[in-house]
Amino acid sequence: MHPPALALSDVTFAWPGRGGFSLSCMSFEMAQGESVLLLGASGSGKSTLLSLVCGIATADAGQVSVGGTDLGTLRAGARDRFRAEQIGVIFQQFNLLPYARVVDNILLPLRFAPRRRARAGAAAPEAARLCAALGLPEDVLKTQAGRLSVGQQQRVAVARALIGAPPLIVADEPTSALDAATQDSFLSLLFEQANKAGSSLLMVSHDERLGARFDRVIRLQDIVTTQRDAA
Amino acid sequence: MILRLAAQSLVARALTVGMTVLAIALSVALFLGVEKVRTGARASFADTIAGTDLIVGARSGSVQLLLYSVFRIGNATNNVSWDSYRDIAARREVDWIVPISLGDSHKQFRVMGTTPAFFDHYKYRGGRSLEIPQGHGLTDLYDAVIGADVAAALGYAVGDPIVVSHGLASFTAHDDQPFRVAGIVAKTGTPVDRTVIVSLAAIEAIHVDWKSGAKTGQTTPVEAIRDMDLTPTAITAALVGVKSRLQIFGLQRWINEYSQEPLLAVLPGVALQELWQIVGVAETALIGVSAMVVVTALIGMMAMIFSSLSERRREMAIWRAMGARPATILGLLVIEAMLMAACGAVLGLGLLYMGLFMGQPLIDAAFGIWLPIDPPSAREVWGLAIVIGAAALASLLPALRAYRMSLADGMMVRI
Repeated sequence: MHPPALALSDVTFAWPGRGGFSLSCMSFEMAQGESVLLLGASGSGKSTLLSLVCGIATADAGQVSVGGTDLGTLRAGARDRFRAEQIGVIFQQFNLLPYARVVDNILLPLRFAPRRRARAGAAAPEAARLCAALGLPEDVLKTQAGRLSVGQQQRVAVARALIGAPPLIVADEPTSALDAATQDSFLSLLFEQANKAGSSLLMVSHDERLGARFDRVIRLQDIVTTQRDAA
Repeated sequence: MILRLAAQSLVARALTVGMTVLAIALSVALFLGVEKVRTGARASFADTIAGTDLIVGARSGSVQLLLYSVFRIGNATNNVSWDSYRDIAARREVDWIVPISLGDSHKQFRVMGTTPAFFDHYKYRGGRSLEIPQGHGLTDLYDAVIGADVAAALGYAVGDPIVVSHGLASFTAHDDQPFRVAGIVAKTGTPVDRTVIVSLAAIEAIHVDWKSGAKTGQTTPVEAIRDMDLTPTAITAALVGVKSRLQIFGLQRWINEYSQEPLLAVLPGVALQELWQIVGVAETALIGVSAMVVVTALIGMMAMIFSSLSERRREMAIWRAMGARPATILGLLVIEAMLMAACGAVLGLGLLYMGLFMGQPLIDAAFGIWLPIDPPSAREVWGLAIVIGAAALASLLPALRAYRMSLADGMMVRI
């Protein structure tokens, strides 16, 4: 029996000095290889939840476990390294260092994750393989990331998240900057490659139409309660 | 990889980074330039009296003696009697001795009476001798050899007549005994360029009809003067070379303890050191000011990094999401600052050498200061290293702020 890809239990958290925004999550679990869509409007606590999952923020109480490791037991530096090893992150947009070449952007997480680098094997060919699989032109690797179209940048971000096959992919509205037609092919490629890598996929979005592709669709307010104190 | 990304990040912000690097480069060039001019000026001063072991004059201060005898600045308070001169010349330690007689002038230039031996023993800039490309040295009683600046300023050519004035800036001229320009000394960058050199006997000759600094009224004919014994009774100073350097101090001591007349013998190098102690304050001030310019440029860089932080929050968030620790982001900013400073230092060095190549002949011609074009000295390399280190230090402030920002922002930046 594998440990769950992600498990939250009895988590409470409050941002220090940010208008007293606090969040609690009694129970949430994702199995390995599972894909889950979290639906929530902005301000519903999804950024905070993702920060907790990625180990940028630590729960005040309760447990956040990724692949069986309780993030709360790790020190700050170890959490950063753990994130690099275990989690691929895709943002809404502006994913890449615009001045760096595409290949450097893709290889960046490996710089902080030696085991993931070892998993990736020959890193540069692996980056090229991912780019090709994601339908990016061959010469894209040497291009400055800032020169690519938004759609291409999002695909490069997928390649970066997938390199070295991290067990968990966290995507924060990755399609909202794309038009409807590209959204669809983008998601197909994302799912295909995440399946291939055996990674679990946690995506946050406000767009219910995306739900059909996922194993589970969960409304954020069903698992999370938030509170904003008028401090 | 981080170093390359830092460099690429700088290139991407070429305009602001370029301005910052340029400011650092200019300040570094100024700093090194001041240092170059300072050491160059010192070396040129020291070069003025190469090969002379002792300067002898009437007892006064050693700096004063050095200034009036070699640099023609200020005046002698007293003379050295010819007898004392001969006593010194007779010492067995003495290899050569050249008398100098000062006090008269021609226009704005000083007249120096000496012997032809001056041209043999006076050395400048590492042992170079005076050259007389036009005309010849002192042969006739009324021959005058003029320095390059004298010839250039007054438009003299070989054969032109010269009338020497009595004293400095005086209205009494020795117009009864005109001199003739016998030769023009090639430019040396030393006070010789601004000197009219005549023979010691000629100084005596033009003062035949003078007593106690005033004309007596008689006019002895030139032919009669030529037949007279023109051995001087006193000289202003003498340059001495010893046979062995080991004997310098013994001879100096003997001269300083000479009982017939209060005399002073100084080592030119030691007197120069004393001079540097006096002008050292001004030098320190100059270095201080140029160092402040470097500090200003670094503060400019600090301000530039500060102002770039807000637009780079997104970038910091990406680094954090990829697993970079806040310390990595701090290091990234420090590395960028050091890269900028290093570029500025190298560019500043380039500007300095470019300036040296272009300015060297001009400065030599205008001020007589020869700035050598050498590879950077260890001291200069240290200076550049300190600039880069200071840049790292200056960047710590904005870097710490970025550190705190990236801790607070995490990977979620609301734009």
